[in-house]
Parts: sequence; structure tokens; C-alpha cells
Amino acid sequence: MHPAPSIIVFTVLSGLGFGLLTFLGLGIPTVFGGVAFGYFTVAYLLAVIGLASSAFHLGNPQRALKAFTQWRSSWLSREACLSVATLLVMGIYGAGLVFFNTKLSTLGLLGSLLSVATVFATSMIYGQLKTVPRWNSWTTPALFVTLSLAGGALLAGQIVFTLAFLVLAGLLQIVAWILGDGRFELAGSTQQTATGLGSIGTVRHFESPHTGTNYLLREMVHQVGRKHAQTLRAISLGLMVILPVVLLWLGVNYVTVGLAAISHIAGALASRWLFFAEAEHVVGLYYGKR
Amino acid sequence: MTTLPASTEKKLGLVIDLDTCVGCHACVVSCKGWNTENYGAPLSDQDPYGADPSGTFLNRVHSYEVQPTEGPAQLIHFPKSCLHCDDAPCVTVCPTGASYKRVEDGIVLVNETDCIGCGLCAWACPYGAREMDQAAGVMKKCTLCVDRIYNENLPEEDRQPACVRTCPAGARHFGDLGDPDSDVSQLVAERGGMDLMPEQGTSPVNKYLPPRPKDTWEEVDILAPLLEPVAPEADGLLGWLDRTLGKVGGK
Amino acid sequence: MTQPQLETSPKVSDEVRKTTCYMCACRCGINVHLKEGEDGKQRVSYIEGNKDHPVNRGVLCAKGSAGIMQVNAPSRLQSPMKRVGPRGSGEFEPIGWDEALDIAAGWLAPLREKAPEKLAFFTGRDQSQSFTSFFAQNFGTPNYAAHGGFCSVNMAAAGIYTMGGAFWEFGQPDWERTKLFMLFGVAEDHDSNPIKMGLGRLKERGAKVIGVNPIRTGYNAVADEWVGITPGTDGLFILALVHELLKAGKIDLDYLALRTNAPVLVNSDPNSPEYGLFLRDKAGKELVIDKRTGKPAAFDADGVEPDLGGTHRAKGITHRPIFHMLAERYLDPKYAPEAVAEQCGISAGRIRKIAAELARVAFDEAFEIEQEWTDFRGVTHKTMQGRPVSFHSMRGISAHANGFQTCRALHVLQILLGSVEVPGGFRFKPPYPKPATAHPKPHCKVTPGAPLDGPHLGFVHGPDDLALDANGNPARIDKAFTWENPMSAHGLMHMVISNAYAGDPYKIDTLFLYMANMSWNSSMNTGGVMKMLTDTDENGDYVIPRIIYSDAYSSEMVAYADLILPDATYLERHDCISLLDRPICEADAVADAIRWPVIEPDRDVRGFQTVLVQLGAKLGLPGFTNDDGSAKYEDYADYMVNHMRRPGVGPLAGFRGAGDEGGRGDINPDQLDAYIENGGFWMEHVPEEAMYYKPWNKAYQDWAVKMGFYDAPQPYLFQLYVEPMRKFQLAAEGHGDRQPPDHLRDQIKATMDPLPIWYETDQTGNEGYTVNALTQRPMAMYHSWGSQNAWLRQIHGHNPLYVPSKIWAENGFEEGDWAKVSSPHGAITVPVAHMAALNENTVWTWNAIGKRKGAWALEKDAPEATKGFLLNHLIHELLPPKGDGLRWSNSDPITGQAAWFDLKVKIEKVAAPDECLPKMGEQQSPVGTGPKALAWKVQ
Ligand SMILES: Nc1nc2c(c(=O)[nH]1)N[C@H]1C(S)=C(S)[C@@H](COP(=O)(O)OP(=O)(O)OC[C@H]3O[C@@H](n4cnc5c(=O)[nH]c(N)nc54)[C@H](O)[C@@H]3O)O[C@H]1N2
Ligand SMILES: Nc1nc2c(c(=O)[nH]1)N[C@H]1C(S)=C(S)[C@@H](COP(=O)(O)OP(=O)(O)OC[C@H]3O[C@@H](n4cnc5c(=O)[nH]c(N)nc54)[C@H](O)[C@@H]3O)O[C@H]1N2
Ligand code: SF4
Ligand code: SF4
Ligand code: SF4
Ligand code: SF4
Ligand code: SF4
Ligand SMILES: [Mo]
Repeated sequence: MHPAPSIIVFTVLSGLGFGLLTFLGLGIPTVFGGVAFGYFTVAYLLAVIGLASSAFHLGNPQRALKAFTQWRSSWLSREACLSVATLLVMGIYGAGLVFFNTKLSTLGLLGSLLSVATVFATSMIYGQLKTVPRWNSWTTPALFVTLSLAGGALLAGQIVFTLAFLVLAGLLQIVAWILGDGRFELAGSTQQTATGLGSIGTVRHFESPHTGTNYLLREMVHQVGRKHAQTLRAISLGLMVILPVVLLWLGVNYVTVGLAAISHIAGALASRWLFFAEAEHVVGLYYGKR
Repeated sequence: MTTLPASTEKKLGLVIDLDTCVGCHACVVSCKGWNTENYGAPLSDQDPYGADPSGTFLNRVHSYEVQPTEGPAQLIHFPKSCLHCDDAPCVTVCPTGASYKRVEDGIVLVNETDCIGCGLCAWACPYGAREMDQAAGVMKKCTLCVDRIYNENLPEEDRQPACVRTCPAGARHFGDLGDPDSDVSQLVAERGGMDLMPEQGTSPVNKYLPPRPKDTWEEVDILAPLLEPVAPEADGLLGWLDRTLGKVGGK
Repeated sequence: MTQPQLETSPKVSDEVRKTTCYMCACRCGINVHLKEGEDGKQRVSYIEGNKDHPVNRGVLCAKGSAGIMQVNAPSRLQSPMKRVGPRGSGEFEPIGWDEALDIAAGWLAPLREKAPEKLAFFTGRDQSQSFTSFFAQNFGTPNYAAHGGFCSVNMAAAGIYTMGGAFWEFGQPDWERTKLFMLFGVAEDHDSNPIKMGLGRLKERGAKVIGVNPIRTGYNAVADEWVGITPGTDGLFILALVHELLKAGKIDLDYLALRTNAPVLVNSDPNSPEYGLFLRDKAGKELVIDKRTGKPAAFDADGVEPDLGGTHRAKGITHRPIFHMLAERYLDPKYAPEAVAEQCGISAGRIRKIAAELARVAFDEAFEIEQEWTDFRGVTHKTMQGRPVSFHSMRGISAHANGFQTCRALHVLQILLGSVEVPGGFRFKPPYPKPATAHPKPHCKVTPGAPLDGPHLGFVHGPDDLALDANGNPARIDKAFTWENPMSAHGLMHMVISNAYAGDPYKIDTLFLYMANMSWNSSMNTGGVMKMLTDTDENGDYVIPRIIYSDAYSSEMVAYADLILPDATYLERHDCISLLDRPICEADAVADAIRWPVIEPDRDVRGFQTVLVQLGAKLGLPGFTNDDGSAKYEDYADYMVNHMRRPGVGPLAGFRGAGDEGGRGDINPDQLDAYIENGGFWMEHVPEEAMYYKPWNKAYQDWAVKMGFYDAPQPYLFQLYVEPMRKFQLAAEGHGDRQPPDHLRDQIKATMDPLPIWYETDQTGNEGYTVNALTQRPMAMYHSWGSQNAWLRQIHGHNPLYVPSKIWAENGFEEGDWAKVSSPHGAITVPVAHMAALNENTVWTWNAIGKRKGAWALEKDAPEATKGFLLNHLIHELLPPKGDGLRWSNSDPITGQAAWFDLKVKIEKVAAPDECLPKMGEQQSPVGTGPKALAWKVQ
């Protein structure tokens, strides 16, 4: 799949934002007034910048409101609804903390659940797609949610949670990669099934429908070289998990936490880039791209 | 309209004969022409006279080379447009309801005024049947020429998809695949019509007729007397003439 | 939620105008939908096939459907232009039509007065040859031809000399009845939609298709059996089939006796000056032995029953029937499957199997139609005998230097099976069949200030008909109808520039070209031709002094002209698809058609035929002026209606007289309206009784006379043995007064065999070049035109060289690699791609995709110019020098057909350059480049 920067930024930043909101909603840490304002601003900025950047991906963003209508069946619609619901609920909860020094715990808990649900919904946009076997797995929501929580914990300054979720995310990431590498085969789509010509013999793509490119190829048939991917995996895992863990191990202060956050975000972006770039859409089979 | 109808009154679709398609791209261009001028936004082209021309097409023709275990490789031309799946994943993923499957005939359509151009439906389609129009920012797909097949401004005989009407080889057939007695259903039954990527669980309405067996004369027994000589070699030309011409009038 | 309300009956268009497609020469009927545009003008909104039209019956190919992108292409020329920069640069100044016509007349008038032959007028893709040749004839130059010489004259000439008509678009299989169809060397052909429709019908009926082609794409991909033959060996393969059929006696003896010259008696005395010529009676009629009497009789005498076996001795000379000679030749073991298998790349078993299937279907699946008919000998037959095997073939066998004989061999095979002009077999489309003897002979007698003595092109019947001057030198610039290629019925357009440049046989002044991209894809040796067109003599003058060109678009050739006469597009002008040219008829019906301006041009352009009408009048040519010197025709439309070729016969055969006469009839001033009302065409069905056996069928012959195809019935025999060829051989053997030059004697003796032979084409100079290199037409592109079409160029924007598995592996090629491909003449460096369904010693590419930078209103970095290429750089119009100091053209020695497919190359992997080599420089675009985006909708 084409690793569109807008979508990578969207999923990573909104994941962080909603992750932070999850913790804030649970009152971890419980903050009030200016401090709360600071935390909430960061969380909202991340979530909203993320959502806004996803709009760059739309052909007709002016009709974006229509995306709230199909929550009964569409994960994308659900994600839209959930994110707005989360932001509303957490807005009230946050307002209580910032302006009224009041902690509406039930609302906070609801907000936290909504935050996790939003990230889950985001992940299911990808996870539901049978056409992209690498994504079409439990690992996709598991990794999205854990990463969101790890990042959220880190931003919330929750070192223990951070370490726990980071390690979990790291493990899940490795599992996702390993399982992911075999998922295309497992899903069973081949050039033979795609064309139905397998009963005659081995199928090879001969001529493309056109000598140039098209939307499908640009959007769905992006392939990153294997060697390249391995290096990027290492870098991403290093930055996203290992380096932050090491930094926090060395000591917890503004510098290490700050560096850990930067490293984590960079690593998460790299991981997300790979999430797209390594994912193969079955349509590639029609173009002999596999 | 993101949920799929439980069932549709008809299952209109195409049957494409891979034994007959010569790969001429006529259906591709006729589709482009009709749909540029009709349903929704025109099918645009980017850099049409430049280094990297590309544009929106609703129907495209691939070609594949198939190597059987015995005999020479074969070449198969392979047109592909939306298969109007019964379990269309492109519909259920759509956040706006722009994508829908019609109850009356099963045609899968995009209501362009609702489409935000998120592209998700194209991701959900295994067949590459949807293309986002770069100029209009809306999703385009085969409409099964819904604006032709019922169009009362067209003579009755023209109420069929543009690609079917134009196909010079007659490799494309249009009809109700929900009706087992329809011509298309019969054709599918006779010729073993197949689904593409059945493992994707989309239950496509469109069917493909597989190529008939080819190159069956490849392995010939050299010793088998296929054509009996008229005269023994030893008789020479005269013997041959004698016996050959002996047949004249006698037949 | 409810689903949206949908308007399922939107208005389709404001108006439909029916005319004829010209995205290629197939000439399908089209419905052009028009809508009012923003400016209130009618614009083309959609093009579809016309369901009533005989050619396409509603279907339309990719090119046809893309017509809207052609009539709106940014590459359309805008106005007449005169060259201001050096030739080839593409620098022009727009001028008006008055000036353009003044310039042209200013150049041409003096030539006509002194030396009309100094004008060479050659036309390419046009379909108005009866009109353009009429202009040339009136002008008085012998130097006129269309593109047939480099296209497929082998096919056309072999067909006409053998059976009075060819495949091409002059005949078609009996699609509805044939059960076994064999296709030789066809990728697309001019009968483009009809062949596809026919194949579709065969598939529907479960009939078998055999594709004989080194490359398995398109039609050959859907064939049930693929015969991946070694290029250039079809003749051998066909004669092996003949061998097998003869040996088994699986031939149609009745048919041979009654319908062909098999029983005709031939002088068999090697010492006679008439050795190999027919025995004729005083009236010149060929003689056969009449079975009823055992005596010689004229072949067409009433009730004669020709005997295939009888010989005849007269004046001490034995005359044998052709049938003997034929059997003797092809029963020879050298034509046995085993003997040819290796050379053809087809196993002996497979050849036998194919022969057996041909025999089985022709004879065991034979059927009869209950239809009485009377033959030319007055014998009435109760039924028509069907033989459901049919053949079609095109350039794959004709574009080789042994192509004429190969095409002949194929016709002989068809005839032996009795499958021509019979139900289930191959059928002619009226006005064919028409024997070679019913065609004109070539004319070349020049009289300054006066028309030529007759039509330029035609069919020679012996040395006397050659186009030689008093000294025996070639009369024509292309050396057509000379000893080098005596039966060059279509001229040799591919030799014009090269000969004009060399001043051989003489120098010319003005080269006038129409609709032919001669500086690019239609020339061999493209780089060389570009040099010839731009080279100057010692005075700094161009060696070819003047070039006038008519094109509708900014092609490569435009850059090489001094004066440009921009044509209107096919939807903006009148055209005449006439029975006098290449007809659009079907086997069941005679038909012709028009084009008419369904939209108005928005530029200062004129239909070229109208320009010729005006130029003809300006030059005072007799056919174009009245006695008082005034112009005879206002424009081409006027000519189409009012010109009379013969009494009652004009360019259009339909709606004559009061509008109800077809074929012959008076001028009808409302004729064009009648065509328009009828969908742009006219058609009349062949009477039931005349549907088959046309050459011998009284009912057909009478109908043909009534329709004006010819003036008296012309029944004839199929020519298994072509006597005129023997006459050339006799001359080469030293008989007669008109003698070939010595260096050509052996070639004539060897190649002009009156019974088909196969010979290996001249391989001198090809040592080390062992791989066959071919091109094929892509179905979605027409030569060079397609690239200016925004929709079509997305399908074919560049072309790889397809390489078979063996050569792919030998060179260690991988996807994305490039190769240097060289021939004895040059080298190109191009991208390669792998193909398994390909003859193991053949590489190929799509034809005419490569473009010169700056042409066709494309941007300079267009893939056509950077990754697209032509094989033409590797093909020379001359064979490699043999050291005898002579120029041997790369053509068939009989017809002069350009031998495009004889090309032999070698191939090696090289590092990818930034773009294809050789780089051909850049031309300035007189029309700029196209827009950056398109979203075409008339609203
Ligand atoms: N390597 C290789 N070369 C080949 C062949 C091959 O098989 N292999 N095939 C050969 C054969 S058979 C042929 S016929 C030639 C074809 O070659 P050409 O006869 O050169 O054909 P086109 O490329 O179609 O070019 C015709 C020109 O007509 C112009 N034109 C198009 N429409 C109009 C119009 O309406 N009016 C006017 N006035 N001009 C118009 C186009 O712009 C173009 O410049 O190529 C030959 N060249
Ligand atoms: N779409 C489209 N249609 C066209 C044209 C076009 O440019 N585009 N051009 C028109 C013109 S001008 C012409 S002349 C016709 C030509 O129509 P075709 O005769 O179909 O011409 P080509 O495409 O040159 O195809 C030649 C075929 O012969 C095969 N071949 C080559 N050598 C041999 C051989 O030795 N033996 C056998 N058996 N096969 C061989 C090649 O593989 C190829 O498939 O098409 C006309 N129709
Ligand atoms: S028009 Fe018909 S023959 Fe041509 S590519 Fe399409 S389906 Fe195949
Ligand atoms: S082919 Fe693709 S676009 Fe069409 S219905 Fe099926 S999934 Fe949807
Ligand atoms: S692109 Fe349009 S039709 Fe497709 S999912 Fe998005 S909104 Fe729905
Ligand atoms: S049915 Fe209509 S929209 Fe669909 S591929 Fe055919 S022409 Fe295109
Ligand atoms: S074959 Fe195609 S391009 Fe040629 S005349 Fe017919 S529709 Fe037009
Ligand atoms: Mo041609």
C-alpha cells in the first residue's frame, strides 16, 4: 500500500492523543487547572491534528460530515463518530478539571473507554480489510491500541505503564511482523485464483492494461524491498521501543522522557510507514506485482 | 446505504468469455467514452499529453501468459471491471453511504454527491474495480451502464452496457445472473463460468468463462496413418494420376 | 435508509449523425452523438457503432470509440504553413489558402509544361485512390502510387493473379458456415472489426481456429491451435500440406477440372520458345481436353467437360495439363512433412495432423446448399457444394521477399480443397472477383502539358507491359513494373525518396505526399530517409528540391515539408468510400459509403480532396476544368456526385438516377442527402442465386454487369499456374525482344515460377544476425496516429521488445533490462520484456509506437519519445551490398513488396541508457503541446 504521509501522521498522532486522553480520563495522573490545561491541550492537538491530516486524504473534505452516518457498518464512520464522541466527553471532563477543579470520574472513565475504542476503530479500518492480508489480523488492533497506550503513558509521564506497554508493543510488533510475513500466503489469493486460470497452468502477468500507471497502482501497489524493510524494521523497533526503554532505564527526567518521547514518535512513524509500505493488496496479483 | 440488501430482485451482471476475448480494448474505450459523458463526473485524465499520462477507466484489459505442464504457453486477454459482488466489501466499508448496492438489480453504485473520496472502498475491493477520479475527487466505478440499460431515450436494442454493445468479438454478455433460465446463466452453466478470487468471499455476480482446451493437436503420433496415400510410392506420378483421376465422376 | 433516486433515462444527446469512421481503414459505420457545447456549437459527445452498417453491425473498436479524442486532439494542424526554418526543424509560418494554392500551383505548373514526371505524387493511408490517381493522371506524371507497395501488394497481387481477388478486404471467410478456419500471419488487418466479429461467430458455433504465427497474441491467442512457425517459411509449410493432400488424393477434382486452369494444356517442350505457355485457340482461349470428345476445346465452350488427365500432341509438341505439372511438383519428397519440419519449426506429425484435419473437414463435413445455379458453360447445377474450411492471411506472409509465392501457395491450397467461392469457404466481396486480365495495365507515357496515356497502376501480363522508356530504363521514379519487380501492381512507395535522392532513374523536382508519415514509421531506414530529405547538393539546394505535404496532424513528416496543406479531420469533411477504390462490401452485398462534415472545422483547414479539386482547376487540368477554363467542380462533394468515370458509373454507386438506382445510373443531385438519410452508406444484396461461385456463376456475372463492376460478363478460371510469370521467365531465358539486364536473369528465372515455390530470402550480409525481428499492429493504435489520442496513448505509451524464453535466458535478462539490437544496417537500444508464447528465435514489438520529440503535440519527455522505439532504424530499403556495385532493394523480386519481416538481428544485454537509442533529435511543434488535464464532457 502507498504509505501516504497524511495517513501515517494521522494514525500515529491521533493514536498518541487518544492514548494520552485514555490516561487522563482514568486520572493517571490526576491533574487540575493549568497543568490539566497543558495535558489536555497536548492531547487535543495531537488528536485533532491527526484527524485534520486525515482530511488531506479526502477527495471532497467539504462533505466530511457525511462520514458520521454509517456507524452501523463502517469502521471508518465508527471511527469518526467515536473520535468526536471522545473529544466531546473528554472536553467536558477536561473542562471540569481545568476550570472547575472537579473530577467527573465516571465521565472520565467513559472518555477513556471511548479513546481506546476510537483507536480500536481506527485500527479496524485496516484490520477489517481482507484484501490486505497483512492487516487482516488480530495483531493490527492489538498493536494499534498498545502503541497508543504506550505513547499515551509516555506523554502522561507514567513510566511504569510506559515501560510495560512499550515492551508489550515491541513484542506485538515483532509478532505482527512475523505473522504478517506469512499472511498473504495464508489468505490464499494467488495469480491463479485471481484470474481463475490456475487450472490451465502457471499464470504470469504479460501486459498491463496500460503502459503508464493508474490510481490503483499508485495507491495499492507500492512495494518496499525486503532488505530495505528489514533495516527499517530494526530502526523502527529501536526508536519506538528499545531506545525509549533504555533512556527511561537510565533515569527519569525531562531530558530522558523528552528524548524517549521523540524517539518513540519517530519509531512509531517508521513502524507505521512500514505498516503501509509492507502491506500488499491482493489487487497487485492482477498486475503481476507480488 | 452502507448495509447490503439481504437480497436483490435481479442480479444483473456481465459474463466475460476468456475463450473469445482478443484483447482489443474496445470495451475499455467505449466505457471511457460513455462514462465520461454520462453518469456523474467525467472520467478525467492527468498529464494526457505529457510524460506520465494516466486517467480514470472503469474497465481495463490485462493479459496473462499461462504455461501448461505440456505444450506451448498460452496468452489470455482478461477484461476486468466491477463484478457487482453480492457480498460487496466496498459497500460496507463506506463511511458516507455513498456506496450502495441497488435492491432492484444488484448494481453496485457510488452516489457521487455523497462521496468524500476517502478511497476506502477501493481498498476493500479485491479486484481493483474502483478508481478515484483525480479531478473530481470522487470514487468511480462501473455502473453497469445503469443509465443505458433502462434508458427510454435509447432504442430497445441499445439498452445494454456500452462495453457489451461495442465488443467486436462478442466476448461480453449482459443479463440477469439471478435467473437460472436467462441466457447468461445458461452460458455460465454450459461453459463452467467461474468466480474470481472466491476465497475473498465477495460472491461476484460477474462470471468468467474459461478458455477452452488448446493445442490438443500438439502430440501427434507420427506413425498413425492420418491420410491414406492414394497409390504406393513405387507407382510414381502416373500411378498416382491413374488412381486419383479414377475417382473423377465416380463420386 | 433508502437508496438514492436515480435518473435511469437521462437524455443521451441532442442529435445523432451517421457517418464513417476513419480511425483506421476498416471504415465502420458510426453514430456520432452531438450535444450543444457552452459556445452553442454542436460538439461530439459520444461515438458508437452503427447497427445497420454492413461492416461493423454496431460494434466499434477501441480506436473508433476514441475518435472524440482525435477530432479534438491538440495536434491538429491549424492552417496552411510554409517552412521558414531548415527542413526537419519544424519551423513554419502560417499562411492563407490563397497563398498556399498559389505556391503549389507556382511549383507545379512549369513542371507540367516541361516535364510532368518531375512531380512525384504519392499517397499513404488515403482511401480515395481513384480520385488522387485521377489528379495525377490528368497532371501527366507517371509517378503516382499509394502505399500498397510497402503494405501488402504481395497479398493483393497474388490473390488477383491467382483467383481474381485477395484476402485483405477483398474477401472473407464464410463466417456463418465455415468449420475450420486457418489464419496465417495476421495481427489485426484492415478488416479489423469484421475479423473479430467473425472469430466471435466461430467461437459461438464451436468451429476450430488454427493460428499460424510466430507470435501468440490477439487472434492467435484465441486460436485453438497455435502454430508458432519460423518467420518466412510459411510457403514451405503450405506446400507440405499440399504434398500430403495430393498424396492422399484429398483434393476436389471436380472443382479443379471445372473451375481452375488445372486442365489447361501447357507446352511441355523445353526447346520450344513457347515452353510453358498455354495452348490456345485462334481466339486466344485456353484449350482443355473435352472429356466428351477427347479433343481440345476452348475452356469456356458450352458444356465442355475438361479432363484433368488428357495430354495433347500437336505439331510435334506435347501439351500437358497443368494438373500433371502440379502433381509432379508437389508430390516430390522434398515437400514431405519430414523434409520441411525443421526449417519451419513445426513437427512432421503436426503438419500431417493439420493436413488430415483440413481434408476431414473439407470432404467429410462437406454439405450442399439447395440453390440452383448455372455456370458459364451453360450447365445448371441443382445445389451448391459446401467445403467448410477457410483461410485468411495478411502481412505475416506477404511482407517477406518470398511473400508473393507464399501467398500464391496458400491460394493453391485453398483451390485444391475446392474451398474458394463455395459455401463454408472463402468468399469474395463485390466488386471482386475480377481477374487480372480485367484490370488495367500500367501506363507511363508522358506528354508534357497533357494527361498520362492511362491509369498508372495495373497488372502486367508479360514483358511488353513493363513501364520502361524507349531505352529500356525505368519510366517511374519507384522503378515499379521493371525487371527488378515486374508485377509491382501497387508501385513501390518505399523506394521513392531513396530513388529521388539518388537521382536513379532520374531526378525529380517536387515530392507531393498525402497522409503518409514517410520520415518516420512508414519508411524503412528512418534515419537515412531523414538525411535524404534534408541533404543539400553542392549549391546548398536540397537534393529533393520541393516537398508538399498534406496531413491533418502535427506528424513527424510535417517537419520535412516546405508547404503544408492541412486537412480537416474525418468528421469535418466529405470522403467517398467508393467501389472504384477499396470497397467496404460484404460477400453478400455490394456497398459504398461517404463521410460528411458532421461538425464544422474550427480551424483554417480544408479537406484535402477539395484542395486537389481546387489545385486541379488552378492548373487547368482537363479533368478539373470545363471547356471555358472554369472549374468543373466546386469541391470534393461536387465531384463525388457529378463525376462520371464511365457512362452511368461514378464515385458513388448508390442512390443514382432518381435515387432508386444502384450501380449504374444517372447523376442524382440529391445523392449525398440520400446517403446521409440512409446512415452514410448504400448497400444492395447479391441475389440468392449469385451468392457463391461468383467467377463462374451466370447470375452473378450478369448482376455484376448491371451494377457496373464491368461492362460485359467475365467468367474465368482460377490460375493455379500463372502464365504471365512464365513469360518473364522465358524472357530471362533469352526469348523475345524485351530482354532483362543480365544481372537480373537468374533472379527472374529462379523466382518467377508460374507454379508456387518456396525459396529462402536473400541472406547475403546477414551472417551473424540470426534472430527474426517482427512488428505487430496493436489493436488499439493505428500506426502513428494513436499517440496523439489522450485515451489510446495510455494503453500503448511505449513498447518493449518481446524476447522468447530461450534468448531471455541466454542473455540473463531480467525485468527492466535493456538490450542493444543490431542488424547489418544499424543498432537500437531498447527495453526488453519476456514472452513465452513466442517462436523461440523471434523477437518483436508493437509497430509505430515510438515518436520523434516535438511531434504530435506531445511533451518532449513523452514516453513515446523516450522509451518508445521503431524497428525501422534496423531495416534498410536496400539489401546489404553484395559487392556487385548494384542497389538491390529489400523487396519481393516479383512485386516489389517491402520485406519488413525479413529483418534479422542480434541482441545483447546493455546498461540502460537514459532513453532509447538512437536519439533522433527534436522538431519544433507548430501547434504547441496539449493541456495538462482533461475532463471531457459536453455540457
Ligand atoms: N517496422 C515496420 N514499419 C512499417 C510496417 C511494419 O509492419 N513494420 N508497416 C508498414 C505499412 S503496411 C504501412 S501501411 C505503413 C503505414 O505508415 P503510414 O502510411 O505513414 O501511416 P500513419 O502512421 O498512419 O501515417 C499517416 C499520416 O497520415 C496522417 N493523417 C491521419 N489522418 C489524416 C487525415 O485525415 N488527413 C490527412 N491528410 N492526413 C492524416 C497522420 O497524421 C500521419 O502523419 O507503415 C509501414 N511501416
Ligand atoms: N489497429 C490497427 N489496425 C490496423 C493497422 C494499425 O496500425 N492498427 N494498420 C493497418 C494496415 S496499414 C495494415 S497493412 C494491416 C496489417 O495487418 P496485419 O497483417 O495483421 O499486420 P501486422 O500487424 O504487421 O501483423 C503481421 C503478423 O504477421 C506475423 N508474422 C510475421 N512474419 C510472419 C511469418 O513469416 N509467418 C507468419 N505466419 N506470420 C508472420 C506477425 O507476428 C504479426 O502477427 O493492418 C491494418 N489495420
Ligand atoms: S471488447 Fe471484447 S474482445 Fe475486445 S477486449 Fe473487450 S471483451 Fe475483449
Ligand atoms: S468488484 Fe469490487 S467494487 Fe465491485 S462490487 Fe465487488 S468489491 Fe465492490
Ligand atoms: S471513496 Fe466515496 S464511496 Fe468510497 S468509501 Fe469513501 S466515501 Fe464511500
Ligand atoms: S457496464 Fe458500462 S460502466 Fe461497466 S464496464 Fe461496461 S461500459 Fe463500463
Ligand atoms: S476498425 Fe475501428 S478504427 Fe477502424 S474504422 Fe472500424 S471502428 Fe474505426
Ligand atoms: Mo499497411
